[in-house]
Amino acid sequence: MRKLSLAMKREEQSFWLFIAPWFIGFVCFTGGPILFSLLLSFSEYNVISSPKFAGVSNYSLLFGDRLFYKSLFVTLYYSVMAVPFTILTSLIVAVLLNHRIKGQAVLRTLYYAPSIISGVAVSFLWSWLLNPQFGVVNSVLYDWFGIQGPGWFTSPGTVVPSMVLMQLTASGSTMVIFLAALQSLPADLFEAASIEGASGFTKFRKITVPLISPVILFNTIISMIGSLQIFTEAYVITKGGPDWNSYFYVYYLFDTAFKQFRMGYASAQAWILFLLIFALTLVSLWGSKKFVHYEYDSK
Amino acid sequence: MKRKTYRHDKLSLVEKIIIYVLLYGGVLLFAFPLFWMLSTSLKTMGEIHRVPMTWLPAFWQWNNYKQIFIDAPMSRFLWNSLWYSGVTVAAVVFTSSMAAFAFARLRARGSLILFGLVLSTMMIPSQVTLIPQYLLFNKLHWTGTYLPLVIPAFTASSFTIFLMRQFYLGITKELDEAVKIDGGSHFTMYFRILIPLSMPAFATAAILELISRWNDLFGPLIYLNDMTKYPISLGLANFTAAYGATPWNLLMAASLVAILPLLLIFFFAQKYFIQGIVVSGSKG
Repeated sequence: MRKLSLAMKREEQSFWLFIAPWFIGFVCFTGGPILFSLLLSFSEYNVISSPKFAGVSNYSLLFGDRLFYKSLFVTLYYSVMAVPFTILTSLIVAVLLNHRIKGQAVLRTLYYAPSIISGVAVSFLWSWLLNPQFGVVNSVLYDWFGIQGPGWFTSPGTVVPSMVLMQLTASGSTMVIFLAALQSLPADLFEAASIEGASGFTKFRKITVPLISPVILFNTIISMIGSLQIFTEAYVITKGGPDWNSYFYVYYLFDTAFKQFRMGYASAQAWILFLLIFALTLVSLWGSKKFVHYEYDSK
Repeated sequence: MKRKTYRHDKLSLVEKIIIYVLLYGGVLLFAFPLFWMLSTSLKTMGEIHRVPMTWLPAFWQWNNYKQIFIDAPMSRFLWNSLWYSGVTVAAVVFTSSMAAFAFARLRARGSLILFGLVLSTMMIPSQVTLIPQYLLFNKLHWTGTYLPLVIPAFTASSFTIFLMRQFYLGITKELDEAVKIDGGSHFTMYFRILIPLSMPAFATAAILELISRWNDLFGPLIYLNDMTKYPISLGLANFTAAYGATPWNLLMAASLVAILPLLLIFFFAQKYFIQGIVVSGSKG
């Protein structure tokens, strides 16, 4: 190896000093725990007695666990609805906001503002808005239209769709990212299309969507990862009910680890979640590649 | 050179009307939940259960806001959230900016591999590291205290490193050269040049971190068990425990108090919110 000059040695020393806090954290709180978690997933450990090696029994137990399938199904069901809902609503708002309109900056702020508050307060708020008896939504449905509203969070069929609906006001950052992408699109393509007599919708479908497709992909992946980890809403509003219909994957993991203290089993659950997220991300990346190429070929 | 960007300029009157109606109607829809939170918080329990319902309180019950501070240790919760968020946000942003500076500016063997590690840890769901971390802190007898929530904040966050590195890459290197010629160290470069120039990046990173700390329920739920130590998120989640039926008016008042600090900061510093999201989104 080449001998390093004094200046380069100094630079390298500084480099390590500056990354030291991160590196220590990486070893103690991220990298180390990842390895330990993998080991744990092959052991039995209840915190009190010492861990015992258990081979793949956690995994084989998991694949015969009905609650595992239930929580997985409920989570995927939520994700399949929440991701397109978030992408569509925020894209629509962003496209509308991208017109030359009065008060654009104020409107953008107002559309974004509700999404900074999340978690417990917002969960209570929606629980109240959608209260079957005294909630404002069902009251309006009854008073104005004479319709008996659904049970929302309290009935097995509507609990997950209700949690999807909650995401309406939570997608502000997705909307802002779309808006930034839309504002950076080149004008000449659209002008050419207008001269050719293309309608607004044709331009949106043939020009805007392909051009911002990388951003759609980014938002889809981020939103998908987030949706698979949903916890707070269910913990605050439904406690996983009614009848396990909002017992999401992370909720089950939380109970396994911190109610039953089955750390090995919970670690196996965490690794399955990681593999699921990893696989779905790869599939999205791979699928989108084809989509983008297709658009280029057709020109 | 500014590239001409696209805006739908020539709209027919009908199109214009449709867009305005949709946008302003939509804003009402988005703002309604917060309005309803405020309106409910000022009603009596009797009025909440009245049929037909009322849009505004018949008598404005400002006393509800006094009541929640009597019924629950709200000021304690708020104080806990305030110092906890303050300390962790400052720690995360500072240590992350140090690492970001090293990755953006200093040459060292293996720096690319290390940065690859930063990026790959962003993709590991927190549930994977959660259990070993809990076991570690349990061994250290840190559970039941704020240490498990605060100490890791002093070891930077991958996302913030990524965000600030993007920012540092955009700062010209000419100033670095000037420092070098003057015989200044890398510390001079960082403290005298980079930090003063990157205040907007600090503000952006701090605000994004603040939102997630203030709203986080999972961490405090796992580590804290003494009510006097609860931050506002966990305190609010347990707010109804002391009552028989849910007191929606008080619960909405408490919820509004819980989110008020974030809303205030948002309206004073919204520029940084939007900036942070755009940077994290477009460069991701």
